[in-house]
Formats: sequence, C-alpha cells, structure tokens
Amino acid sequence: MSVISKPNLALTIGKYLALACYLAFALFPLYWLFKISVTPEKLIYTDGIALWPSEYTFDNFKSVILLTDFLVYFKNSIIVSFGTAAITTIIAAAAGYAFSRFNFRGKKVIIGIMLITQMFPLLIIIAPIYKIIAGLGLLNTLTSLIVVYTAFNVPFATFLMQSFFDGIPKDLEEAAMIDGCSRFQAVRKVVFPLTLPGLAATLGFVFTAAWSELLFAIMLINSNDTMTFPVGLLTFVSKFSVDWGQMMAAGVFALIPSCLFFIFIQRYLVQGLTSGAVKG
Amino acid sequence: MSVDKLTISASDLGRRRTTGKIKQIAEPYLYLSPSIILICLVIFTPLVIGISYAFQSMHLFNPGDVEWIGFEHFEKIYSDRKFFIALKNTFWWTFGSVLLQFSLGLGLALLLKQGFHGRKVFQALIFLPWAVPTFLSALIWAWLFNPVIGPLPHWFVSLGMLDEPYNILADPDFALFGPIIANVWFGISFFAITLLASLQSIPDEMYEAAAIDGASKWQIFSKITLPFLAPMIVITVMLRTVWIANFADLIYVMTGGGAANSTQILSTYIFTTAFKKLDFGYASAVSVVLLVLLLLFATLLLKMRQKFVRVN
Repeated sequence: MSVISKPNLALTIGKYLALACYLAFALFPLYWLFKISVTPEKLIYTDGIALWPSEYTFDNFKSVILLTDFLVYFKNSIIVSFGTAAITTIIAAAAGYAFSRFNFRGKKVIIGIMLITQMFPLLIIIAPIYKIIAGLGLLNTLTSLIVVYTAFNVPFATFLMQSFFDGIPKDLEEAAMIDGCSRFQAVRKVVFPLTLPGLAATLGFVFTAAWSELLFAIMLINSNDTMTFPVGLLTFVSKFSVDWGQMMAAGVFALIPSCLFFIFIQRYLVQGLTSGAVKG
Repeated sequence: MSVDKLTISASDLGRRRTTGKIKQIAEPYLYLSPSIILICLVIFTPLVIGISYAFQSMHLFNPGDVEWIGFEHFEKIYSDRKFFIALKNTFWWTFGSVLLQFSLGLGLALLLKQGFHGRKVFQALIFLPWAVPTFLSALIWAWLFNPVIGPLPHWFVSLGMLDEPYNILADPDFALFGPIIANVWFGISFFAITLLASLQSIPDEMYEAAAIDGASKWQIFSKITLPFLAPMIVITVMLRTVWIANFADLIYVMTGGGAANSTQILSTYIFTTAFKKLDFGYASAVSVVLLVLLLLFATLLLKMRQKFVRVN
C-alpha cells in the first residue's frame, strides 16, 4: 500500500479493468476444463462450443474415483511433491544463504555448474539416469522420483532463495551476532522470519513443478502402485479409447492440491514482512 | 534508510573474510555441500554419459551396435535443413513467450502490490494456471483452439481476426501462436510471484522519501522499483529463457511440431529424433548444440548483469 497513490477515478477504473482481464485470461481455460468434465459423453461434440452444456452430469467424477486407480496416483503424487518440496527448500535455503552472505573461492564455478543444470534438454540424460536408477534397484519407487526431482529443482530454488536473502540487509544478523548470537541463532531468530515469503514461494514452485512432472515419471515408473498423477492422466489416453469427460474430471481433481497449497502459501506472499522489519 | 546501507559491496565482504579463521572459510562450503553432492551425482554424471552418446552411433533398440564415430553427427547437423527450421522456431517461440510472460507478469505484480478489495481471493485465483500440470494445460488449449469443441476460433471470427472458424494450430502461418499463448497463460504467474516477492522487500521508507521529495510516479518506478527488481529480473528472465527453449511438452502435445514443421522447435525435434526415429546418438548431438547455444546466451546476460551491478 504505497503512500503515493492518490484516489483517481479513471486510474481506479483502469486498474480494476486490468485485473478483470487478467482474471478472465487465467480462469477461462479452467472453466472450459470444468465444463467438459460435467458434459455427458454424448454431448461432448454436439455441445462443443456452447458455454454450458444443455445437460450436465457429475458421473465423470464418480467414475474417476470409483472405477480408476486415481486415488492411488493422487496419494503417490502428494508424497512425491511434498517430499521434493520440503527437501529441496531446506537444501536450497542453505546454499542460497551461502551464496548471498559469503565470498569464497570457487563461488563462480559453483554458480556456473548450477546454471548449466538448467540448460540442456532433459532427453540427453534420460537414458543414463534410467541406467543408474535401474542399477541401484530403485525403478518403480517414489524415492527415485524424489531424488531426481530434488536434484533438478535445487539450482533454481537456490537462486530464488539467494535473491530473497540478498533483499534482507546484512546489518540485521550482524547486529544480532554482535549482541552475542551465533550465526545459526542469528539466522533462526532474525533472518528466518523475514525469509518466510521467500521460503513459501520456493515451496510453492517446487511443489507444483514436482506435481506436474511427466517425463521422468514415465521413464522411471511403470508399476500401477507407484504411478504419479500426470502419468495416470496419460492412461486415460492410452488404456481406454480416450474418455475426455473422465480425463477432464481427473484433471479437475489434479488442481485441488495445488490450489490448496497456493492458498496456504499466499498468506506469506501477501505479507510485506521485510518492509516492516527494516524500519527499526 | 539510505540505498548505500542496503547494498553490500563485494570488496567489503572480501576484507572481512580474509581476517576470518579456517572455520569461517569452510562455512560456506558446508552449507553448499548437500546441493553440490546431489547435483554431481544425479545430474552431472548422467550428463557426461549423455554427452558421450553424441559421439557414438547409437540406436535405442539395438544396444549392442554402438561405436564411436567422432564428430560425424555434428557434420550431419550442419547440412540438416530441419535443424535450421527448428532453430529459427526455437528463437521465436522463446522470445515471444518470455517477452509476453515477463511484461504481463510484471504488470500483474505491480497491480498486486497495490491494495484493492478482494485481493486475497484474486491472488489465489490468478496463480492457478501455474498449478495445472503441463500435459493438461496443453490439452485444454488444444481443445480451446479446435473449432468443433472450443470457442476461440469463433471469437477470432467475431473480432475480424479470422475469415472463418478454423484451427490455427493446423495453419503453418499461425500455428506457433497457439503454444505461445498457452505458454504465456501458464507462465505469467511465475514472473508475477517472483517479482511480487521482491517488490515486497523494497522498504516503504524509500517510497515515502521519494514522495516527500515530490518524485513523479514514473521517476519512482524507474529510479526505485526497477533498480531494486533488476537482479531478480535478470535471474528470472535468464532461467525462464533456457527453460522455455528446452520446454517441449506444450508443443509436443498441442501440435507435435506440426503444421508442416512450423512449430518444430529444437527440443521437440530432439524428442522426435530419439523416440520416433530411435536415433539416440543424433538426438544427443542436437541436444549438445542447444546446450552450447544456451550457455552462450546465459554468459552474455550475466556479463550484462555484472556491468549493471557495478554501475549501481
């Protein structure tokens, strides 16, 4: 809430108009997903471009839950995504803090290495990773997915955390350290509360990235018990002759955890915690 | 609080470090060790093995038939017309997506920074596209562009953009717009969230001081907001660019590179080569070329960032 904004009718209307456009753009495709999921199969093409089908049904949702292994996929995805998000954020917070607060030999090399991990098409390492995971006997385990996802998400999460730490003045923890805190105490008591929005954003990003990852999940998992959600969605295309309604219903379910997660973390995104703390 | 106090100069840090003890020298490496070990084991070892495939003749389903062929694949790339088409498409796909995602994301972050009624609900809804699995987003958008089951072609006709409702994904002149729009839809949140988080770390005092000094809105934006955001902008733009250049899923599901190769980008070309032609060696060689190109781009951008930070 900046002090500079003066009430100005035209500007206010423009602002709300812009917000409405953003909202429509973001939500319309999701509305369409929902619309298809409640359309009875016989009407999918005949009511194809109608904004709302002439009849609607929730059978698709029912059959997804009762007739498919959807709940198993769902549980697997939750385990993998939470595991990945939590482990990645801890590892990345430590690394990001090191980048932000220390100058040390080899810093540039390590940053360079982390950047390179983001730059190649995944295909180039799929075959080698498959061989390694198979060699370790970890094929078809959720552990293999968590390990691989964590490794791939750590570099970005580290840069993100680094920039959040960069935004917190060094003076804050130095003052605490002069007052007799160890670095760990200073970080825990002074820096950590200020980084909450950053931690939340990082958790959110990694969670959703892991939630929708498809390529590794296809390659490393082929048992039905350990399949994750995106792979499960694909089975709607291959196993049955593409049941669009059911697939879209499953898609609606797929949105729920990510939505809950976002609603949970956005509390931290909203609070301008940092600005409050620097005042002192 | 003044700007000087917030910026930490590198030389200052360096001086303090040299007076430290061994324990302090080892400290950053300790914090970094989990990530370095993980990355070396899970990414770099397979990467080196994968790069070695580029120099071997290697077809997926006869694994016994592997031999070293030196740079033969790279010579083949040089005369591969499809490669150069894909290269050009990669450029437009990446440039278009990043530019739109960034500008719309920045706009959204600035809007969200201001208060308005119902902001919490709005914010929860506006970030939803990011949470949609890519595969599903691609399907939804493929539906939306289809004149039989999606409304978009009909809207385009009403707006006078098309003469008749047809699927632009099948039109070589426009097909690339389809995945770009889907990608923008999916990626605005990324920029909005990261930029909003750094916007919120700008101390209010800076704005208050500027307002007292009678600075105009544009001055405040260009002299306070942008410089504060700059490091975050460079990092996010760079990462997003390399991600999008490598991002095959949306295009693969929506068009399969289709409408006469008009949406074939390098990363989808790599997939087609590997999984349809089963030529893993050549696919790896193309991947190596893409990696080198992205490395050059990132180096350039980081050089620019260094210059910028020094001026600051």
